[in-house]
Amino acid sequence: MRLELVKRPQHSALFSALSPFIALGLTLVAGAIMFSLLGKNPVEALYYYFIDPLRETWSLHELAVKAAPLILIAVGLSVCYLSNNWNIGAEGQYIAGAVLGSSIPVLLPGFQSWIVLPLMLILGMAGGAAYGSIPAWLKVRFNTNEILTSLMLVYVAQLFNDWLVRGPWRNPQGFSFPGTVRFHEYAVLPEIWPEAGRANWGFVFALVAALLLWFMMSRTLKGFEVRVLGQSPRAGRFAGFSSGRMVFFAFMVSGALAGLAGISEVSGAVGHLNEKLSIGYGFTAIIVAFLGRLNPLGVVAAGLVLALTYLGGEAAQISIGVSDKAVRAFQGMLLFFVLACDTLIHYRIRFVGARAARAGEAAQNV
Amino acid sequence: MDRTLPGDRAELLDVRGLTKVFGTLKACDNVDLRIGKGEIHALLGENGAGKSTLVKMLFGSLEPNGGEIRWKGAPVRIGSPNAARKLGIGMVFQHFSLFEALTAAENIALSLDDDTPIHTIAAKAKALSYSYGLPLDPFSLVGDLSVGERQRIEIIRCLLQTPELIILDEPTSVLTPQEADKLFETLERLRSEGKSILYISHRLEEVKRMCDAATVMRHGKVVDHCDPRKETAASLARMMVGNDIHAVVRPAVEGIAEAKVLLEIRDLSRPPATPFSIPLRHIRLDVRAGEVIGIAGVAGNGQGEFFEAVSGEALQNDPGAIRIAGTDCGRLKISARRKLGAAFVPEERLGHGAAPRMTLSENLLLSRHATDARAYVGAMGVIKAGAIQSAAQRIIKMMDVRKSAVDPEAASLSGGNLQKFIVGRELDRQPRVMVVNQPTWGVDAGAAARIRQSLIELARAGSAVLVISQDLDELFEISDQIAVMHNGELSMPIPAAEATLEKIGLLMGGAEPGHVDHTPEIA
Amino acid sequence: MFEAIVITIATAATPILIAAIGELVVERSGVLNLGVEGMMIMGAVTGFGVALTTGSPWLGFLAAAIVGALFSLLFGFLTLTLVTNQVATGLALTLLGLGVSGMIGEAFVGQPGVKMGSISIPVLSDIPFVGKLLFGQDPIFYLSILLTFGVAWFLFRTRAGLTLRSVGDNHASAHALGINVIGIRYLAVMFGGACAGLAGGYLSLVYTTQWIENMTAGRGWIALALVVFASWRPWRVLAGAYLFGAVSIGQLHAQALGIGVPSQLLSSLPYLATVIVLVLISRNRRLTMVNTPASLGRPFVPDR
Repeated sequence: MRLELVKRPQHSALFSALSPFIALGLTLVAGAIMFSLLGKNPVEALYYYFIDPLRETWSLHELAVKAAPLILIAVGLSVCYLSNNWNIGAEGQYIAGAVLGSSIPVLLPGFQSWIVLPLMLILGMAGGAAYGSIPAWLKVRFNTNEILTSLMLVYVAQLFNDWLVRGPWRNPQGFSFPGTVRFHEYAVLPEIWPEAGRANWGFVFALVAALLLWFMMSRTLKGFEVRVLGQSPRAGRFAGFSSGRMVFFAFMVSGALAGLAGISEVSGAVGHLNEKLSIGYGFTAIIVAFLGRLNPLGVVAAGLVLALTYLGGEAAQISIGVSDKAVRAFQGMLLFFVLACDTLIHYRIRFVGARAARAGEAAQNV
Repeated sequence: MDRTLPGDRAELLDVRGLTKVFGTLKACDNVDLRIGKGEIHALLGENGAGKSTLVKMLFGSLEPNGGEIRWKGAPVRIGSPNAARKLGIGMVFQHFSLFEALTAAENIALSLDDDTPIHTIAAKAKALSYSYGLPLDPFSLVGDLSVGERQRIEIIRCLLQTPELIILDEPTSVLTPQEADKLFETLERLRSEGKSILYISHRLEEVKRMCDAATVMRHGKVVDHCDPRKETAASLARMMVGNDIHAVVRPAVEGIAEAKVLLEIRDLSRPPATPFSIPLRHIRLDVRAGEVIGIAGVAGNGQGEFFEAVSGEALQNDPGAIRIAGTDCGRLKISARRKLGAAFVPEERLGHGAAPRMTLSENLLLSRHATDARAYVGAMGVIKAGAIQSAAQRIIKMMDVRKSAVDPEAASLSGGNLQKFIVGRELDRQPRVMVVNQPTWGVDAGAAARIRQSLIELARAGSAVLVISQDLDELFEISDQIAVMHNGELSMPIPAAEATLEKIGLLMGGAEPGHVDHTPEIA
Repeated sequence: MFEAIVITIATAATPILIAAIGELVVERSGVLNLGVEGMMIMGAVTGFGVALTTGSPWLGFLAAAIVGALFSLLFGFLTLTLVTNQVATGLALTLLGLGVSGMIGEAFVGQPGVKMGSISIPVLSDIPFVGKLLFGQDPIFYLSILLTFGVAWFLFRTRAGLTLRSVGDNHASAHALGINVIGIRYLAVMFGGACAGLAGGYLSLVYTTQWIENMTAGRGWIALALVVFASWRPWRVLAGAYLFGAVSIGQLHAQALGIGVPSQLLSSLPYLATVIVLVLISRNRRLTMVNTPASLGRPFVPDR
C-alpha cells in the first residue's frame, strides 16, 4: 500500500478548522497507549491530566498563571513564523526581559513608587525586544541563520541569569541560596482577584496582546505585509515591502512579548529572580503557536490546552504516580500530530492499495 | 481512424486511447499517436492542451490511467524514465532537467544506468558532441553555461543512450533563430540515421518546414492527424485553437519623435547580484508616450536583472539612471515609482507577480496598496475589504478572467487567466509607464491576443509601454521598435519596419550592429 | 598535560563530528533536519540504558544508532511523505526527543554508567605526544575519523554519492530523470539519524558515563551550525568539530585554573563562538549561495 498526496485546488477551510482537533484527538489516543505501556490505567491518567485540574476555582487560576506566559510568547511567535522568521530563542528573550525588568527592584530597592511596576514592564519588553533584535540584526546584516543564532543565545541568557542570581545580584540574607531579594510591594504584579486564586494581570496582558495581534494580522496592511513576506518573499518585495525591516519587526514584537512574559512571571507568580526562571515556556510556546494554527485567537485556546497539560502532569504525578516528565513527551507528540494534520489543509490523502496498483499494471499489459 | 502511415515507414510507436486524469481534469483523453521509423513527428497544441502530459507518460514520468502503448508492435508498460531509456526513448526537456552545481559530464552520468567512470563518459560525450557539431566542454559547471549550451548537454545526454525515438519539448523557444537553424540540421541528420523524433512546438513555420507528420491536440484530446507540409500556418493554427484568433491590430502612430519621453534609462549598470546572475552594462533607452518598445533576447541575458532595476526592486546608485515621467528615480523604491505612474508585470506569475496562496482581491492589494492607499486602506492601516473586493471583480470582468470561485486563490487559476488578472490589475490604474516581462509566457492563444491588444491600446492612449519577451513573433506583432538584450547589454532600438528575423537573431546571438561578421557565433 | 588536553579535545569533538557528518549527508540530499538535538538525546538515553542492562557498551552504541535512525523516520514520514514544513518538524523532533528521553531516563538518574574503554595499540601508543592521541583512543573516535573519510569518498567518488548530491541540487530534475528522490532522502535521513544516535551514545558512554536530563546541552544545534560552517564539506566538518572541542575544553581548563572570570560566562563561550563562526562564514552571501544545496529545505511532491 502506498500513500499519495493529491493537491487541493483551494485550501480546505474545513480542515483548517478541524486539524488542531484531530491532532488533539490523536494525541489523546497516543497518550492513552503511552500510559498503558507505563502500566497505568489510561482512562484514569487522562482524567487527571485533562479533567481534574478544571474542577476547582483555585485550579483554574493556576491554569491562567501557566497559560499567560505561553500565550504571550506564542502570539509573538506566530507573527514571526507567519513572516517566515524562525525565532526559536523566545526562552532567551523571556530571560532577558525578566532580568532587565528586575533590575529596578534589585538595584534600586529604595525606589518605591507606583511607577516602578510600569517601568519594570516596559524595561522587560525592551529587554526582550533588544535580545530578539540580535539574531534579527545578524540575519539582515550578515545573512546568518536565525534559527541557530536565536537558539545559541538561549544558552547564553540562561548562563548569564545563573551568574547574576548566584553572583552580583544574590540576596545577601538568602542563606547562600541563589536568587535576588524578594520584590517590594510596588514591584509586584497584582493578582486579579486575590480571594479566588493566584491569577495575575499577566493573563490580562496575554488576552490583550492576542486581541491586538489578531486585529493587526487579519485587518490591517501590516498584517498583510507579514503574510505576503512570509508566503512569497519575492511577491512581498514586488509589493514594495522590505524583508529586512520585517525581520526586525517580527523578532522585536515576539521578543518584546516574550520579555513581557518574563517580567510578568518574575514579578507576578514568583516574586523574585532566581535560577529556576527558565523552565521551557519559550519552547512550549512553539507548540502553542502551531496548535493555535498561528492565529492569535487560536493561540489563546492552545495556550490554555498546553497549560492544562502542565497542571495535569502535576495532578497525575500526585494521584497516580505518573512522572511529570511525561508532560514534555506529551507536548512533543502533540506538535507532531498538529504538523501532520496540517497536511490535510492543502492535500487530500489517498491510499493506493497494492491490488489497485497491480490492476493498473495489468491494464497496461493487455 | 485511418491507421496507415504515410509512405512505407515501419511503425515504431503506436499509442492507443491513452488517458490521464488529475483530480477532475482529464489532461489526456483517449489520445492516439503513431510514429514511424525515421520520421519527424510534430505534436501541436496550445499551452494546457495536454502535450506535456502525453510525453511525460511516454517517458515514464507519469503513469497513465488507461490506454496502451505499443513499441515496435508489442505492448509495453513504461513505468519509469529508466524503462523508457531501456526501450530506446530519449527526452530533451523544455525546462531542462539539469543540475547547476554539477559538471556537464556528471549531469550526463546521472541518466546512464551503468557505472561507467566519469572520465570515460566525458570523453565519449566530447567526441559525440563534436561529431554532431555541438561542441561541449564536459568539465564545465552547468551553472556557468548559457541556455543554448545547456540544451546541448541535454541533447548529447540523450544521444549517448543511442535512442530510437527522441522527444524534444519546445526546443527552439530558448534559442536564437540562427541557433534554431543549427538544431534543425542536427535533427535532419538524426532522421537520415533512421532515428525518429517527436517534436513538440507551437511554432508553426518550423513544423511546416521540417516535420513529416503532425498530431494536433486541444483540451486533452487529439483533434487531427495531418501532413503539415500540406497545411498552411493558418489552418494549423485553427486546428490548435479551435476557432480563429482575432489578429492583433497595431494602428500606426504619428509624430512619435516629438512625443514626451516617459521612461528614460541613462547608462544603467548593475553588478551581478548573485553568482549566477548577469551584470547590466551601460543600458540606454527612451520610451515615449504612445509607443510600444520590445526587448528581445535569449533567456538569461540580463532581462530579469533589467526588470528588477527598472521596477525598483533593486536600486541604483545613480538617481538619474532611471527617470519616470521626468523624475529621477534610480534611488526610489518600487512603491514610489508606482506613485509616479509606473506599473510593472514580472515574468514569474506565481510567487512574484502574485502570492499563490492569497485570494485575487488580496493580490490586487499587492501592487496597489501604495498608489491607491486612499481607496483601499483606511485609518490605522485597516484594509477596506469591500473596496478591494469590488475592484477585483471589476478587473475580472474587464479582462474576462475565468475562475472557479468568487474570489479564488491565485494558484487555482490557469496560467492564462492569472496573467489576464495580473495585467488587468495594472491596466486598471491607467499607468503612464508600463513595463512587462514575458507578457504571454505559457498563456493560451486567446488570452495572449487579448493581453497583447490591451498593451497596444494602452500605448495608443498615451502611455509608454516596454515589453521584454523571448517570443519574437509576439514582439514583431506588438512593437513599434525592437531592441535586443545580450549578455547584459542593450542594442539600439530598431524600428519595426526595418527589423527582420535575421537581423534580430544575429543581435540575440551577440553580434554588434555594423560588425556582424566579427565573431561568427557557433550555435 | 598537553597530551591530556589534546585527548580531551578529541573526546569533546567526536560526538559533534559524528552528528554533523550525518546531518551533512542529510542536507546534501536537500533535507534540513533540525531534530539533531532530539535524535542525539534519544541515542544518549538508549545507549546508556542498553549498556546498563546488558553491561556491553558496544550493544549500547548499536542500540543508540538504531533508535536514532528509527526516530528520524518519524521526521522522514512527516516531511517526505506528508510534506510538512521541515523547520517546524525538525523542532518538533527535538522537543519530542527531549521529552521522551526525560521520561525514559528518569530511572537512570544517578546510576553509574558503563564506559566504553580505550583501545591502546602497543608500541605505537607509546610515541610521545601523538601516540596516545592517534593510537590510544576509544573505538568510536576511530569510527568518527573513518566516517568522515567514508562520507567524503562516498559523496565525491561514487555514483551513488553523485545521485544523492543531484537530488539535493534539483529534485525536480532528478525526478524527471527517474531518480527516486523520496527514497534517497529517506535513506539519507535515516543515516543522519543513526549518526546522531551514535553521537548521543558517545556522550553517555564515553564523555560522561552517566545520564543527565538534557545532557546534550545544545550539541545537536552546534552540529547543525558546523555543517553550515563547513560549507557542506566533510573535512571542514572535522576541522570545525575540533575547533569547537578546543574552545569547550579550553574554557573548562580556564574554569579549573580560576582565572577570575565567572564560570557561567566561560561556559557560554562555546555558544558565543558558534554564533561568531556562523557570522563569519555567512557574511559572504555569494559563497554561501554557491555552496548551499539548492533544494535544501524545499518541499517536494512528485506528480504521478
